[in-house]
Amino acid sequence: MRGGIGFWAGLCFTLLISAFLILPIFVSVIAGVTANQFIGISSGFTTRWLLDVWANYGGTVLLSLQIAFATLAITLMLGVPAAYVLARHAGVTARLIEEALVMPVAVPGLATALGLILAYGAVGGLRSSWFFILIGHVIFCLPFMLRAVLAVLLAIDLKRLEEAARACGATWAQRFFGVIVPNIRGGILAGSLMVVTLSLGEFNMTLLLHTPFTRTLPVGLADAYTALRTEMASAYTLIFFALIVPLLSGMQWVVSRMDQPGGSR
Amino acid sequence: MSIAISLRNCGKTWPGGARGLLPIDMEITAGETLVLLGPSGCGKTTLLRLIAGLELPDDGGTVLFDGKEVTRLPIERRNVGMVFQSYALFPNMDVAANIGYGLRVRGIPKNETQKRVAEMLEMMRLTDFRHRRIDALSGGQRQRVALARAIAPRPQVLLLDEPLSALDARLRDQLRQEIDALLRALGITAIYVTHDQSEAMALGDRICVMEAGRIAQIGSGRDLYHNPANEFVAHFIGDANKNVVINGEVILRPEDLRLRPNPNGAFIITRVTFLGPVLRVMVRHDDGQELRADVPDDPSLQPGTQVEVILRKSSLMAAER
Repeated sequence: MRGGIGFWAGLCFTLLISAFLILPIFVSVIAGVTANQFIGISSGFTTRWLLDVWANYGGTVLLSLQIAFATLAITLMLGVPAAYVLARHAGVTARLIEEALVMPVAVPGLATALGLILAYGAVGGLRSSWFFILIGHVIFCLPFMLRAVLAVLLAIDLKRLEEAARACGATWAQRFFGVIVPNIRGGILAGSLMVVTLSLGEFNMTLLLHTPFTRTLPVGLADAYTALRTEMASAYTLIFFALIVPLLSGMQWVVSRMDQPGGSR
Repeated sequence: MSIAISLRNCGKTWPGGARGLLPIDMEITAGETLVLLGPSGCGKTTLLRLIAGLELPDDGGTVLFDGKEVTRLPIERRNVGMVFQSYALFPNMDVAANIGYGLRVRGIPKNETQKRVAEMLEMMRLTDFRHRRIDALSGGQRQRVALARAIAPRPQVLLLDEPLSALDARLRDQLRQEIDALLRALGITAIYVTHDQSEAMALGDRICVMEAGRIAQIGSGRDLYHNPANEFVAHFIGDANKNVVINGEVILRPEDLRLRPNPNGAFIITRVTFLGPVLRVMVRHDDGQELRADVPDDPSLQPGTQVEVILRKSSLMAAER
């Protein structure tokens, strides 16, 4: 296998594609810490743009995190039980409900946002509250949680495991939290990473749902770009990376720590 | 503590109308091991699940544990132990945690749980594996964990659904003996589902042969072998020749036939297989009927030899239809 011309050709091709994909990120990150973008790296490095971004858009970062974790909490509370019920029922109704829950993925975010504004925009103080964005993010992210968890639920022998737990005398709550949830951890983690990533980066829907007081990170980023402050936008992107990479790795680490036999009670 | 089980008029019709089990009555005495034996789809697992509380019988059926009705009591409140064909061990727990699960969910104090888990590990020779993950165990070890998990909470009834069918032949033999010894030692009422007649013979105080959703016959292995109620039972328990020329409508066990070379005999040997303890000989009658005979080794019995068939006395079994 190794050493053949095919191997080297394949390796070169893979590296080229990877470089093509990574280059914009790299350039953007460098631009964010370059003193003068028109002169280039020779102008030296600075943290000025980063500080400027934090001063102007720091609030958007915090709001985005707040919305992302609230979305995660809600999609966990709705998505995991929903997937469990769908996995236990094989009928047509269950499949129709599954399709309906997954539908928002197929609808453009702008259309969903418009629908939300038309339907609920006039309800109390909802329109000006960050909850309005949260609702949109939950609608958009729920299918991803549902599908990730459902896939794992269908892969394990759910029915048999539950019957075995029942035979041991376990109540519904005991077997759900003691047997089912620990055995679908992988799916819950995959869904959670997806939801946090999607929520943090969600732009389409948030563009319509936000107000000047509820700007999220991607909306602020678009604002920075449209104001032609490329170095600011680049620094902004850098902050986004600095935020999301440790966050996602951290979540994975926590779950891998939990993955010890006998650990669950 | 073991209990008697009674089933009254218990049938099971699946949604869609298929009959899984025709209404049956059955009495299982305290401490006995009853084997449900039959081909797949005969209703044996359905019957077991009715007793377990995993299925509800059709209207009018009742399940009694020691005279008390438990028909609508779900399995988690029946105090039964169950062993599944696929083991159904919890992959998120190690061996000891699996065995202790039934004790923990029942709220038994921690030190008592630990003590009983240690006993179970010892009894099942799993002590060295107590911290192993389930996926790091062999099939036989997994089945021993499943057994230990089922009996650790000291259930009133032990239900076993084809517990050995996923194992290879040698391991199956060994575990069968272990289960037999275990059931004797516990003195627990046990119901054991299998499609393997030798398993049924080895384990069952009584065997219930099932066919197409009904009970074909219940009795000891000896009863079923020597006095089968019908052709189905005769063929399911051991080998049988049927509808033979001698004596008209009878069922004959191959070991009840003896062959004597005789140029005027009505049978001709078609095939001879040396099996060790016996010589298995296929003979064909002039009219085309075939018989199987298991006889002591005899070099004079060769394919093509004309023989007469002699029936050992007391071997006639009336075949009811």
